Amino acid sequence: MEEEIKLMKGNEALAMAMIRYGADGYFGYPITPQSEVLETLMAQKPWETTGMVVLQAESEVASINMVYGGAASGKVVCTSSSSPGISLMQEGISYMAASELPALIINVMRGGPGLGTIQPSQADYFQATKGGGHGDYHLITLAPSSVQEMCDFVGLGWDLAFKYLTPAIILADGVVGQMMEKVVLPPQRKRLTDEEVRQRCPWAANGRKGMRKKNVITSLELDPSLMEVNNERFQRTYKKIEENEVRFESIGTEDCDYLIVAFGSLARISQKAVEMARKRGLKIGILRPITLWPFPKAEVARLSERVKGILVPELNAGQMIEDVRLAAGSGVRVEHFGRLGGIVPSPDEILDAFEKLFLGK
Amino acid sequence: MDVNDIIKPENKVYGKPVLMNDNNMHYCPGCSHGVVHKLVAELLDEMGVAEKAVGIAPVGCAVFAYNYLDIDWVEAAHGRAPALATAISRLYPENLVFTYQGDGDLAAIGTCETIHAANRGENITIIFINNAIYGMTGGQMAPTTLIGMKTATTPYGRRVDLNGYPLAITDLLARLDGTCYVTRQSVHTPAAVRKAKAAIKKAFQNSLDKKGTSIVEIVSTCNSGWKMSPAAANDWMAEHMFEKYPLGDLKNV
Repeated sequence: MEEEIKLMKGNEALAMAMIRYGADGYFGYPITPQSEVLETLMAQKPWETTGMVVLQAESEVASINMVYGGAASGKVVCTSSSSPGISLMQEGISYMAASELPALIINVMRGGPGLGTIQPSQADYFQATKGGGHGDYHLITLAPSSVQEMCDFVGLGWDLAFKYLTPAIILADGVVGQMMEKVVLPPQRKRLTDEEVRQRCPWAANGRKGMRKKNVITSLELDPSLMEVNNERFQRTYKKIEENEVRFESIGTEDCDYLIVAFGSLARISQKAVEMARKRGLKIGILRPITLWPFPKAEVARLSERVKGILVPELNAGQMIEDVRLAAGSGVRVEHFGRLGGIVPSPDEILDAFEKLFLGK
Repeated sequence: MDVNDIIKPENKVYGKPVLMNDNNMHYCPGCSHGVVHKLVAELLDEMGVAEKAVGIAPVGCAVFAYNYLDIDWVEAAHGRAPALATAISRLYPENLVFTYQGDGDLAAIGTCETIHAANRGENITIIFINNAIYGMTGGQMAPTTLIGMKTATTPYGRRVDLNGYPLAITDLLARLDGTCYVTRQSVHTPAAVRKAKAAIKKAFQNSLDKKGTSIVEIVSTCNSGWKMSPAAANDWMAEHMFEKYPLGDLKNV
């Protein structure tokens, strides 16, 4: 299959991207607003074309543990869900982080806490970027703001997960999952053969072919002195990721007097707000973190020395703003604007909030 | 005749399975796990499938099964072994994938994964050690603990009004269309060990033949948890456990 231009939903793009990036397996459980992922995969029947396994699990707990099994065997696997389902997966994600396994998890966030709402939210920022499950670990956290990025980050997520042997998560929100846009689907990436999997992942538990040394995937180590060594190794990996994999987009930041830091759908809405502001003579730039972890601390710090104030609009009660404040230091005013419970603000609302907070209007 | 004559291969009638290593086992003396580990190791070697075997270890006493059997293993989260096995079996259809789980892992926290993997008819073998108690955490009540049985969390004996009934989950699994072979065995006598070995062999063969899910329950002792000598635990099991968990095939398609 060649590169192809399509009009589709973000969730559909996720499914098409999985097939085209050569996924071996997807294991998922329906939940609004991301059920189109499993539906699209089932309709595409990739097991007949690429040989990809697609399975509707009995729960999110089962699906993440299927991903754990698949990742432990060296295969390219993933799951997707929305907030309550991602909460159920935290134990399995922690096991995979501790077992140093590459896997991709996708959260198309909805409003919480609890069963909450099916409308968009960004309230799982803390959960995704600070670990989420038990123990000291991080997930490489990618925040798409377009349908194209929903597609691209599936490939990027797996590439990073296999490069560093740690799970990656795509932290999308319900807006990006449900909205339709033009997307360029990549050409079909060939799935690895079992032999190629064994070469790429000599550590994987997939049978002692040729009676090689046995492979054991476990997160258990009862000797605390050895468990500390394991933890130190995890932290070294995280440090490398922080050094090498920070990604962000800058829009009009070079001449700006004020800065908006926003991710996902709110970065898109903020873009419109900034266009409106420029027409009124207000120079506002946007820094859009693409990796929420590792967070673009250095860029926030650099810009914070020049701007008069930073606005952090989020679909939550103030989560990413903590990272912005840590990076910006105390020399600049950092303010939050949030809508909660599934409400998505308009560009006017963001601009009004900005003017009220920083210009006293 | 010196020792070298005596240990000639043709004189050898019994030996440690080649897939079992010399690591010291953490199991208590008298525990059934050691016997079942040995049977699994013998069979994987005898059936010539060590190269394609992947074991899924549980949480519980058998969490360290991977330390003793020289095959590939993944250590699952508590109760989730059948989910991991599902994925590996589907991603490597030619592999022999089995789980090795205790009663807490399989019949309490992992009931959902167990029933649904079996109901989908995954081509896996589930080896289920039922000793009616949580050994690893210090002898608490299991879903399979008998009425009246004393454990750390039923110090006056299991009461129906407080704790409900013992769960014969294997009976349930035998009712599912996805299972092809469901049997209940024990390893407390040499004859029982032979039968259990034949049962596990059949289960492994079913998995290789892609016939569906096979479940081998081994009604077992936990003499430490039961606070008995190994011999007394064997007698107690035969006298009390087999009534609720009778031995034999529940399903053999």
